[in-house]
Formats: sequence, C-alpha cells, structure tokens
Amino acid sequence: MALNMKFSRRRLLAGAASASALSLTSPFIRTAHAAGNLSIGFWDHWVPGANDSLTKLCKEWGEKEKVNVKIDYITSQGSKLQLTAVAEAQAKSGHDILQLTSWDAPNQAKNLVPMDDIVNAAIKKNGNTTDVVQYLGKVNGSWIGVPATNGSQVKGPCGRMDLLAKHAGLDVVKMYPGVNGKPDKALQDQWTWDAFLSAAEKCHKGGNPFGLGLGQTTDSVDWVGALFAAYGAVLVDAKGNITVNSDATKQVLEYMQRLVKVIPADVFAWDDASNNKYLISGQGSLIMNPPSAWAVAVRDNLKVAEQCWTFPSPKGPKGRFAPGLPYFWGTWKWSKNISAAKSLLAHLSDRDSIEKMVIGSGGYDIPGYSNLRDFKTWAEVGPPVGVSYNYPPRGEEIVSIAAAPAPVAIAQQIYAQATMTKMIAKCTQGGDSVAKAIGWASSELEGFMRT
Amino acid sequence: MQNDVTSLQGSAARRPTTMKVFLRRKSTVAFFLALPLIILVTALVIYPALFSMYLATLNKSMERFVGLDNFVFLFKRETFWMVVKQSCLFAVTAVLFKAAIGFMLAHFVHTIPAKGQRKWRGMLLIPWVIPPAMSTLGWFWLFDPTYSALNWIFVRIGMDPVNWLGDPFWARFSVILVNVWYGAPFFLIMYLAALKSVPEQLFEAASIDGANWWQKIWYITLPMMRNIISITVLFSLIVTFSNFDIVRILTSGGPVDQTHVFATWAFNLGIQGNDIPLGASVSLFMLPILGIAAIFILRGVNKRGNEA
Repeated sequence: MALNMKFSRRRLLAGAASASALSLTSPFIRTAHAAGNLSIGFWDHWVPGANDSLTKLCKEWGEKEKVNVKIDYITSQGSKLQLTAVAEAQAKSGHDILQLTSWDAPNQAKNLVPMDDIVNAAIKKNGNTTDVVQYLGKVNGSWIGVPATNGSQVKGPCGRMDLLAKHAGLDVVKMYPGVNGKPDKALQDQWTWDAFLSAAEKCHKGGNPFGLGLGQTTDSVDWVGALFAAYGAVLVDAKGNITVNSDATKQVLEYMQRLVKVIPADVFAWDDASNNKYLISGQGSLIMNPPSAWAVAVRDNLKVAEQCWTFPSPKGPKGRFAPGLPYFWGTWKWSKNISAAKSLLAHLSDRDSIEKMVIGSGGYDIPGYSNLRDFKTWAEVGPPVGVSYNYPPRGEEIVSIAAAPAPVAIAQQIYAQATMTKMIAKCTQGGDSVAKAIGWASSELEGFMRT
Repeated sequence: MQNDVTSLQGSAARRPTTMKVFLRRKSTVAFFLALPLIILVTALVIYPALFSMYLATLNKSMERFVGLDNFVFLFKRETFWMVVKQSCLFAVTAVLFKAAIGFMLAHFVHTIPAKGQRKWRGMLLIPWVIPPAMSTLGWFWLFDPTYSALNWIFVRIGMDPVNWLGDPFWARFSVILVNVWYGAPFFLIMYLAALKSVPEQLFEAASIDGANWWQKIWYITLPMMRNIISITVLFSLIVTFSNFDIVRILTSGGPVDQTHVFATWAFNLGIQGNDIPLGASVSLFMLPILGIAAIFILRGVNKRGNEA
C-alpha cells in the first residue's frame, strides 16, 4: 500500500488554523507540562508589602509547575499601566499576563485569550461575580479577562467618627458596626444622599468639611458616578441612546449646586492624592476612598487613623451604589505560554490565594466574587479594629462604575473625559445653568458615539 | 608588445577602482558619519510620524480606513477649537515671555565681568537642566490646591489665597509661568552666545556718536541678533507647542479642559479614552501650524543670510 500524502499550501494552512483554534478553544487542563517562561506585568500596589504577597504566590506556583516566573510591577501613575497595554497591543508582543485597568480589558477584547474556563471554574468555587465585573469583563458572552483581586477596589465613605458625631450627630459605628456589632437598620435606612448633604453642611459649619474631589481623575469620577447612579441619572443607556437630559440628571446637578457650597473651593483641581491628604491632615471629616488613606494615616497621623471608619455609600432613589473599580488579568493571543498563564491565573483565583492577597493589601483589595466577603482581615485590621469591616460591599450595596450601563466604548469616553464632574463644574464654579450644563454634555456625548 | 601590455596592466592596477573613488569622496564619508544619526532619526522620528499619520486615517477601532474623517469630526467639536485656542495662547505667550526674559538676562550676564560670569550662568541654567517632570512636581507643591506653599505666605501677609489650579485663569497662568521658568534659560544661553559675537567696536563707535543704551540695542544688538532670535523663537515655539509634562502634572488639562494643549488632549483621547486614531489626529494638527511658522521664520533667516 503506497502512502500517497501530498502537502499543498492550502492543506498546511488549514492544518495550522485548526491547531490554533484547538489550542484556543480546548478547555484548560492543569498538567505537568505547563513549563517554560512566564512574564507578567502586574499593577504596582499602593499598599506597601502588597506586591510581596503576590510575588510569593506566583513564585510558589512557578516552583511547583516548573515555570520560570518573571514579574514586572507597573505603576498606574501617569497612566503607565494603560500605556503598557496599548503599546503591547500595538506591538503584538510583551508580557504573557498583563494586569488591565477597568476599561482596558473590554477595549482589548479582540487581542485577549478567552478565559471562560478559568473564570467559570472560579465562579463555581467563589460565587458569582459582581455586576460591574461582568459589565467590564464579559464581551459578547465570553470572559476576556480574569477578575483580578490586587488593585480592585470600591470607594465608599471613609469618615472621622469623632467629627461626624460632633458636628453632624452621626454615629457611624452604630449605623455600620464591626464584626460583632448589631447594625442599626433604621439608621442605615436613613443614610441617604440627602442625609449626606445635611451632614456635609453641618461639618462645613463646624470647620471640618467633607473632602470630595470634583476634578478629572478617578477618585472624583468614581464617587460622582455612584451619586448619578443612585438617582438613576444615566448619561447614555445600555442601547447607546443619549439620555442625559432627564429629571434625574437635573436633580443630581441641583443637589451638587448645594453640596459644592459646603466643600472646599479648590476641589475642582483635586487629584487622587488630594482627598487622602485632606483626611490625613485632620482637616476633613469624610472622603470617598479605599482604605489606603487610612493606611497612610496609621503611618503619618495615628490620631486621625484611630478615628477613621469606612462604611457604605448613601442611598438614593434607585439604590445604594458603591463606586467600584475592578481590575482584570489578561493574556494576549500572541502570548508564548498561554497554558502556563492560564494555570497561574487559575491558581490566583483560588480562595486561599485571594485571601493572601487581601491580607497582603491590608484589606484594600476587593475580590470580584460575591462569596469572598468574609475574610478575617476586614474584621481585624485596625486601629480602630473593624475600620475596614464594612469596606467590602455586602447586602443591598450595588457595585457600579461611573458611566455604566452605556456601551463600554462610549462609557470609557465619558469616564476618561470626566463628563459628569465637568457638568457639575460648569453649573457650579462655571456659573452656567443646569440646562446649559446638560446641553453641553449632550453635545459631548454625541461626539463619543463615533465607531 | 609585451612591454606595452605590462605597462597597461600596471596602470590599471594603480588606477583606483570606482568603489574606491566612491568611498574616498567627501560626501560619502559625510554620509557614513551621519548614518547612525540618520538611522536614529528614521527609527525614532520619521517612522513614528508616518505611523501616526497612518493611524489618523483609521476609524476608532482601527479596522477601517476613513481618510480625513477624523479631522472633519474634530473640526466640528467645540472642545477641539478650545484646545487650539489654548495651545496657541500657551505657546505664544510662553515664548514671548521666555524670549523677553532670556534677552534681559543675557544682557545682565553679559555685563558681569568674565571672572564671576560662570557662576551666574550656571545658576541661571538650573531650571533648564532639571528634568521638567521633577521641577514641575516642585511647582505643583507650590500651587497645591489645599496646601499651597505660596498661599501659606499670602495668608501670612494678609492676602487672600489664590485657587492656582482650580480657577481657569490662574490655572492657565500657572502652566505658562512654569513653562517660562523652565524655558527662559535656553533663550538666555543662546542670546548670550549671540551677544558675545557682536563686535565691541560697533558699540564703541555708537558711544562716540552719542547713542544711548536703547539706541545701541535697537540699532546694533537687535539687528546683529536677528537670525539667532528667529531660530530660537522657532525652536522654542515647536517645543512649547508640543509640551506635555507641565500641563499633565499641574492640571491634567483641567478645570473643565481649560488648560488642555494638543499633546495632553491627544493623550486624553487616545490613551485614556482608547481612541488612538482621534488622538493621533489631534497631535498631527500641530504639524501644519508649525510648518507654516517654520517657513516664514526660516525664509527671513535665509533672506538675511543672502543679504549678508
């Protein structure tokens, strides 16, 4: 029997394409063959020591799997992490695993390896992901990144117990106690954005205003996004229709016209460090931030740190929204070691690994899975003990990101251009009417519709 | 016959080959000496410039050729024209002040006796030699919204604090001030070099004719420095128009986009907003403006060169 095998160019290409498709679509099986080198670009954590926990986890995995792991910690200062993602996508080269900021994950979807096998397995173990994680991490029904624990955060209020009690009569510990306390449900129900405004007015009068940034950086955009969401003020809906001209938007802008009068005049120039400094200096009575401000206060001004307490955002007519900023771990389609990358990401999505990251970050990191809100760190960290117990969103809190539910390509423009805080600046500092600010935003949003 | 053939072969051996002639040419040597620079400029300037031109012709998702549609889109945007206006205001104001301050400082340093001049030159060059990102951070602390060191002084002497980076007027003032502080030493050093090349006899002759200091500047110094002033202004205009770090660090373009210049807005749109083609289009908009400025300025320089 003569073996007659003729290799045409077409047959070779077809074979290669089938092999590639098979490697991309076949379920991941953790084998002893996941070896070689693995280069990783992780976000450089604000919290000192947090990177060490992650390095340790990766090294342990590398030794077990016989993979040589090389980690670069890339700062998000000056948008360097975003720049790295864009540069690697353009060059079609770079790290095997790259940490992606909230919007970069969906933006790079076409360049990323689908992670359904890893994320679906993690969901089975850790519970479902939050809505905001799904909004950003799932494109056309497929997971394009693995929800990252390191760096993912929410920006609820971090207030001074003493000043809030003294000026506004607000007992935040009674309202949201630590692990062993009994929450005061009535007080929680009264914790609305109207109550927030009233407390802000009283604290301003008492000489310790709330420190709420209204600049163009993420801290400002995030808390304002939660306020808009709480009132149901949506700039662009999920279908891509411009819906900014609504009663809800007018309500928010009128609300802000009152709030701006009782916060520092320079908030329009604040960056992400300004609110932290305002709290740590002892001037401010409340900021909207992850516990990093408190962590720095422990180091720099212990008296302030001892009076800090983190608790959920106020409630609006549409619910209690926590300003969230989830990160993702992604693997480029051109990565040379996709198998090892997936193996490591599966390892980092284990409950034990996630808990180690949360401990390493002093409770700063918020896992993207709903069942992982019970780690001891949040209950134990202090002083004061329990300061971060209410930091991870639980119960009625809805984690959201500013500009959602607009289609991601439009939402990112709204977020990056800080359209919401600019609207507020226009109708407060700028002296424009609410209607004019909305008209300006409509025109901006039309520009964001480009495809 | 034999001798003739040998002598012909000998002369052919002595005559340099075409390749040797080519390699010995001055222009060839010059080309090879400049080749490393040509490769660098091609890789780091020409290729990125051409690539950004290509990017500017793509749609937002970079999958489709759209020709000049990105520019047409930009021309319809109110914010774009605000950025054009601000970039021109920023560059022209900053360059004018840098030139004026540099000119004055150059005269001041020129009058200092040679012995002490080096110290002054060194000190005055400090703003220019510090990496701008670092010095701008220093300025940021002076202008810090809440803890401004300048405001601390103002309050102590009974003045109202200034909202340096939060008020549109003061924010524009601040970014221009820092740019002038950073760039004036460049003008100083260029003008000082030009001043030193003006023949002393001209001033002596003018003094004998009874010219005052202003007439000496107007009729001797300025005409003698015209070319260097033109080239320095052109060079500075190009660098100032494409400034990024100062605005990015001080204001990030705020409040409400009112300090954005081309580079910072392009970054905001392209990288942070994930619209790379639109960002590339914004950054390319500088090209014709600077090209026109360069043609006018260099034409003047050439004309004066020919007259000379």
